[in-house]
Amino acid sequence: MASKPPDISSDTLPVLEPGHTFASITDKISSIVLTGRTPLFWYISFGIGFLLVLLLLFCITAVVSVGIGLFGVMIPVAWGWAIVNFVWWIGIGHAGTLISAILLLLRQKWRQSINRFAEAMTLFAVACAGIFPLIHLGRPWFAYWLFPYPSTMGIQPQFRSPLVWDVFAVSTYFTVSLLFWFLGLIPDLATLRDRATRRVPRFIYGMLAMGWRGSAVHWHRYESAYLLLAGLATPLVVSVHTVVSFDFAVALVPGWHSTIFPPYFVAGAIYSGFAMVLTIAIPLRKLYGLEDFITLRHLKNMAIVMLATGMIVAYGYLMETFMAWYSGDIFEKYMMMNRMFGPYGWLYWVLILFNILIPQALWVRSLQTNPWVLFFIAIAVNIGMWLERYVIVVVSLHRDFLPSAWGMYSGTIFDYGVFVGTIGLFVALLFLFIRLLPMISIFEMRELVHEEEARSE
Amino acid sequence: MSNGTEPANLPEASQPTAGGREYWRSLEELAGTEAFKALMGNHLPRHAAAWTSAMDRREFLKLMGASLALAGVSGCLSPAPAPPDEKIVPYVNQPEEIVPGKPLYFATAIPAEGYGRGILVESHMGRPTKVEGNPQHPASLGATDAGTQASVLGLYDPDRSRVISNAGRVATWDAFFSALNAELESQRVSQGAGLRILTETVTSPTLAAQLQEILRIFPKAKWHQFDGGAGDYAQQGARMAFGQPLETFYRLEDADVIVSLDGDFLLRSPASLRYAREFINRRRIPGTSSEANRLYMIESTFSLTGSNADHRLAISPSAIPQLATTLAARLGVQISAQQPAISPAHEKWLGALVKDLQAHRGRSAIMPGEYQPAIVHALAHAMNDALGNIGKTVFYTDPVAVNATNHAESLRELVQDLEDNAAQVLIMLGGNPAYTAPADVDFPSHLVTSNFNVHLSLYEDETSALCHWHIPQAHYLESWSDVRAYDGTVTIMQPLIAPLYGGRTAHEILAALAGQAERSSYEIVRDYWRGQSKEKNFDAAWRTALHDGFVAGSAFSPRNVKPKPAAGFDASALKERSSGAAVKAQNEPSIEVIYRPDPSVLDGRFANNGWLQELPKPLTKLTWDNAVLMSPATAAKLGITYQVGGTGGEHGTIYADVVELEYDGRRTRGPGWIVPGHADDCVTIHLGYGRRRAGRVGTNLGFNANALRTLDTLWHGTSIAIRKTGAQYALACTQFHHLMEGRDLVRAGTIDGYHKNPKFLRERESEKEAPATLYPGYKYDGYAWGMSIDVNACIGCNACVAACHAENNGPVVGKKEVLRGREMHWIRVDRYHRGDPSNPETYYQPVPCMQCENAPCELVCPVGATTHSQEGLNDMVYNRCVGTRYCSNNCPYKVRRFNFFLYSDFKTESLKLLRNPDVTVRSRGVMEKCTYCVQRINQAKIAAEKDDRAVHDGEIETACQQACPTRAIIFGNINDPQSQVSQLKAQPLSYGLLTELNTRPRTTYQAKLRNPNPEIENG
Amino acid sequence: MAQIFHPSTNTISRVTIFGGLILLIAVVTGLATINESPYITEVGVARTQPVPFSHKHHVGDDGIDCRYCHTSVEESSFAGIPPTKTCMNCHTQIWPDSPILEPVRESFRTGKSIQWTRVHNLPGFVYFNHSIHVHKGIGCVTCHGRVDRMPLMWRENTLYMDWCLECHRAPERFVRPREYVFSMEYQAPADQLALGQKLVKEYRIQKLTSCSTCHR
Repeated sequence: MASKPPDISSDTLPVLEPGHTFASITDKISSIVLTGRTPLFWYISFGIGFLLVLLLLFCITAVVSVGIGLFGVMIPVAWGWAIVNFVWWIGIGHAGTLISAILLLLRQKWRQSINRFAEAMTLFAVACAGIFPLIHLGRPWFAYWLFPYPSTMGIQPQFRSPLVWDVFAVSTYFTVSLLFWFLGLIPDLATLRDRATRRVPRFIYGMLAMGWRGSAVHWHRYESAYLLLAGLATPLVVSVHTVVSFDFAVALVPGWHSTIFPPYFVAGAIYSGFAMVLTIAIPLRKLYGLEDFITLRHLKNMAIVMLATGMIVAYGYLMETFMAWYSGDIFEKYMMMNRMFGPYGWLYWVLILFNILIPQALWVRSLQTNPWVLFFIAIAVNIGMWLERYVIVVVSLHRDFLPSAWGMYSGTIFDYGVFVGTIGLFVALLFLFIRLLPMISIFEMRELVHEEEARSE
Repeated sequence: MSNGTEPANLPEASQPTAGGREYWRSLEELAGTEAFKALMGNHLPRHAAAWTSAMDRREFLKLMGASLALAGVSGCLSPAPAPPDEKIVPYVNQPEEIVPGKPLYFATAIPAEGYGRGILVESHMGRPTKVEGNPQHPASLGATDAGTQASVLGLYDPDRSRVISNAGRVATWDAFFSALNAELESQRVSQGAGLRILTETVTSPTLAAQLQEILRIFPKAKWHQFDGGAGDYAQQGARMAFGQPLETFYRLEDADVIVSLDGDFLLRSPASLRYAREFINRRRIPGTSSEANRLYMIESTFSLTGSNADHRLAISPSAIPQLATTLAARLGVQISAQQPAISPAHEKWLGALVKDLQAHRGRSAIMPGEYQPAIVHALAHAMNDALGNIGKTVFYTDPVAVNATNHAESLRELVQDLEDNAAQVLIMLGGNPAYTAPADVDFPSHLVTSNFNVHLSLYEDETSALCHWHIPQAHYLESWSDVRAYDGTVTIMQPLIAPLYGGRTAHEILAALAGQAERSSYEIVRDYWRGQSKEKNFDAAWRTALHDGFVAGSAFSPRNVKPKPAAGFDASALKERSSGAAVKAQNEPSIEVIYRPDPSVLDGRFANNGWLQELPKPLTKLTWDNAVLMSPATAAKLGITYQVGGTGGEHGTIYADVVELEYDGRRTRGPGWIVPGHADDCVTIHLGYGRRRAGRVGTNLGFNANALRTLDTLWHGTSIAIRKTGAQYALACTQFHHLMEGRDLVRAGTIDGYHKNPKFLRERESEKEAPATLYPGYKYDGYAWGMSIDVNACIGCNACVAACHAENNGPVVGKKEVLRGREMHWIRVDRYHRGDPSNPETYYQPVPCMQCENAPCELVCPVGATTHSQEGLNDMVYNRCVGTRYCSNNCPYKVRRFNFFLYSDFKTESLKLLRNPDVTVRSRGVMEKCTYCVQRINQAKIAAEKDDRAVHDGEIETACQQACPTRAIIFGNINDPQSQVSQLKAQPLSYGLLTELNTRPRTTYQAKLRNPNPEIENG
Repeated sequence: MAQIFHPSTNTISRVTIFGGLILLIAVVTGLATINESPYITEVGVARTQPVPFSHKHHVGDDGIDCRYCHTSVEESSFAGIPPTKTCMNCHTQIWPDSPILEPVRESFRTGKSIQWTRVHNLPGFVYFNHSIHVHKGIGCVTCHGRVDRMPLMWRENTLYMDWCLECHRAPERFVRPREYVFSMEYQAPADQLALGQKLVKEYRIQKLTSCSTCHR
């Protein structure tokens, strides 16, 4: 919890608690990486993550060697948990680039202490997401057929299929996010190189720093490159989940075939993204005592972003229901009734509770800066957003056009295993990152100090 | 129960059971490519001996063909590119008939429960792979039923018994022959007083002659008959009415009004295929100018025929004879027995029926059900006489079944003799009495008392296990024999392949009894017919008969007979039957029980046939199980409910309440199943399940109804006790949901309505032009294939489903997978109910791939594995598919099937012989679906191109179309306005499924037209 | 503090960056080449057979027509591998006791087939039909090459799908008059395209590129 009772009446919460100098910041942040002693909670968290990764590997091996039938998928519900998880992870992967790129372009200072690990989170989330479309193929070993390459078959992918668009959208997004993240790291890597005492770390950080010396020329090029990448990344934030939403919107399944999907998916993605950032940031600032850098101002802003996007999502739900009624289409109407009161109805109401009702608490200003409340809400939204995807994917499919083909779907132990496994992968990667790289951008924090001084004068 | 013992090698199934291991070992012996060829070799001498005869020479060539094929298929089935050093194994002497790569067709017949049905069998390099109907044969007319289609799988079933065994030890034919002779020596002395022969229904003239011969040699020997599925009351009925056994058959094309007294003549009759054709021909639109026929059904269990009736009266079985009496009386039949009173509701119904019948004297038919007591049959004869139908729509011939006896009595005598130790030598030719015999006779324990018994059968089943000698039986596709059809038409059955497992025929066993063990069944059958033949040139006649698939002019001519006055009927039979005299369990609701052969596996003889087990039963859509069928009201009374499973659900798992049944102190348990339209206060149980020694597929499925049956209540028992146990049991049901949810899926009207305004359908659906589409339309300058399915003609018999599976190498996935909703049928028959749950209207709708013009599946496939062909098919390229399953999600008809596991059996050698070499055997992880049998299309096109002509209309028949008994499915070129399919699509009754989605399906439907009696309908 | 990186590191890093790119390209092209090479396609690789049967001798020197042995090429999908009987028709007179023909005689004696090694082998999911290609004027040589010059049989073409499509997409480039289908010497005229277009019309040859043409 913050050191002093926050003044929440006005928006003057600082983005950096006062009293910090260049040195204090550099010490504080780099020490987390360069310290010889790794804290116990790190071992525990990473250990858990690692075990889950082993589970993930086991499940993947089983599914690939025995058959996709180990998952619960069937006819009519031929997409299940795997696709739900894919969309969920991709969604989470949105906050990072949004914070880094868009907020950068918008000159939002408060981004500077959270962008680094938000970006890292993005990368890891997308990595987790990438696993699913692959292993959920009937014949994953032929996945490369989705790429255009000169083949002896004389045929190419079928470019009308949204799945092909996915391949490009997701891979581009991952590449750009990676570059952006790495570019942002370079000056800090140099710092670590210079502060590292032992030879090996110095060498490795040195290699990664690519000879950064912080000369004026470097800074000049750096800034322009960073700005360019930001410009490049910004459209991606919108495009990726738009394309993902096409996987559904392009199909004619009632509950999928809807023009509202792109905006409503993007909003949902940012929603869940910020939820995940909070889920991570709140414990981290506590564990590593970073309250000075990740201040209540950050939490408050993120809470507000969540509230805003959450309302957009709510509008999406409302519109879906309205359109189902307004279209007068018998299939759409039945789909919506079935979604609310069918065999899976309870899922829908839980999702409404988690995604729409609970976050309304954020209207209360005092709660916007209460880490515990925020943490709880963030968790609720994470779950809610997963349920939303489940409702869209499964509940739409299980009763479509011909009653004769209706069926029920449920995941299997392997579905659960792979999902939990990817969460483990995410955690493991995150803690590796925290241990090996500065989780907060050192040089950008230094800029903040500079501005603080400028302001105080 | 749930150990569905899948042939598909799922992980669960892959651990071999004890039986399984044994099976692998012996399989190596018998079907390992080299060993198999060796086995073939062993047969050569026997056939080389009969070299002079053309037939045996051909058979010999088959063997060579098969051995070649074995080498061939192993390579060409593998979905992956073949290994670099694959071998080609040519003939040493190439037979002139065989052109490698081209199938041959041979005519024979399948003995369906004794009665023959003409078939043509497709043979690839000596491997019979597919059965089609023989268009010239009166009982087939070119159609087949599901059982016939699946019989090929039965031929290659690796679980068939392979060795002669004596008390469980492997023995030889010679050993058997000497042992038999030893026994017969003693019998000769006593003139065979201790010799008993047990057969199923026999129609084979040769076999009959042989039996007569045996009875001549052993005058005191006895021939018994017991057939697990045969209701034998028809003969008693005939005796009652005519004083002599007679066979009845009907000419439904001349019948305007048909009344069935619990007769499921569309499914369970030696002439069912013909009846179905004639019945539907009179309802087809556009059809004959004459008025459409009307079917009244009076039954208890909801039968396939009942579901096709215009009017249906569901009453308890004991009430049917009463109602029959009343009906007879109303039709002017003089009856001694007083008429029981009937309810006003029935009164009105019956009144309308009688009026309708009176209005169609000589153009109506009363058809008694095979399981109705003799009196009902007798009354039916009397009624047909009173209505002047005899000689017009109803015909009588000499009995087709040889020496037709009352099977129940016959079995009773046999068991009695066994008990008194009068029967010492028992020869059982086929059948499985140890399983099929009712519980009260306790056949097994009596069987073991005889001092020498022999069992000839396809499998080492429950009976074989108790016998001293088990002889593997030759499958009908491996046998020389002959059989009569419902009208007496004889077919000489010729083998398509030499016995895979060295099986013997009944002819050979009887020859052995007569002391001629060395005679081959070929000689026996041929010699018999040589004896019968009046032809100068017998060989020519013989060849013609074999070629045509039937002996011309061998049908019995109708007899001119008249029933005795009905007053003479033994009405006591009626009394005994209707007054539930059987033991009545106290404080239990009085429930009657009906036993019927299962629609798929009959009395259990097909229990090990995976195709039939997985075939959804016509009305219940259950697979892999039998159940206790009851009406909603009865279920409510007994507190029987169900629960839709969380996995699979309506398309897979239904948890049904398990009930305990008690009758005469015997008990068994089975899941209760609610059937709308079933009569109240009675339950139906299908036989053929609960097998203990059926094979890997059929063992321990469902529950055994024979455990309840008694000889007196073979098909119907009164006051059975039913208790809910509280346990639940998972049933694999492929379509539980039976409502259309207000969607315009099956469109229906009445024939009167149609005649008043043929366009009523088009007008009902607001005629809107097809919505716009972004994609440019396709151009078809050559052919454009299309299909029209007449919902009005579909009786829901499943023949198309089985035929499609056989033609397209469909895999069997097993119960576990069906429970998950993963069955692999490319065409399914959707069943919908409408109206009053106690007596609903039923609609069947076969749903294959629609081959949409704007196919949703095509544009979502990322790798172009499903694409639009130049002739408008949605091609499915298995080898390009990566398995995203997006196409299935986007298919509004959900006709796509996915290989979630490696369902196809790539291991079992004998099953490789079964495959259609023109269709890829799909591997794990690929989507598959109907392609209008594109292999047949391509073959026809190539043939046409080679003689520089166009494919003419009707030249290509899809597998489903070819099998359909009622010709409900028509396929052809819709670019040709003259083609039959184009004509049909131009009909006002033609409509597309879900056209509002702008998929523009190539497969369209003809609306269903009922022909209700206005008096009953508007009251 | 001491420098850990020598100035040369700059060069090294540059080299690695660009070297990496070049290596990547090299690997990809390399794999592609191997896939097209005889090592995978078996093009031009003579296969050993139980009997060293020489098409060069039988077709080239003796001038035996293809159809004498491959009897069903005009009526069936499968061109047909001659039964032992066919060999024996001649070799009962010619070299009746040459040692290399022993396997043939043995097969004829014992009735056990000769096991030839397959040279032209399509995957199981490809359904090729000889008769229609022959009928539409595609010469044996077009796919099988000059077998009259092959002492031992080898594969002349890759049999890859794109190779099939070359012709299925533009038959006029390969079609020849029917009378020359079985000729070895036939040379495509200079104006093959003109002739091709004419024949395509005459023989009613369609450009069959639907998947179901070959895959079912």
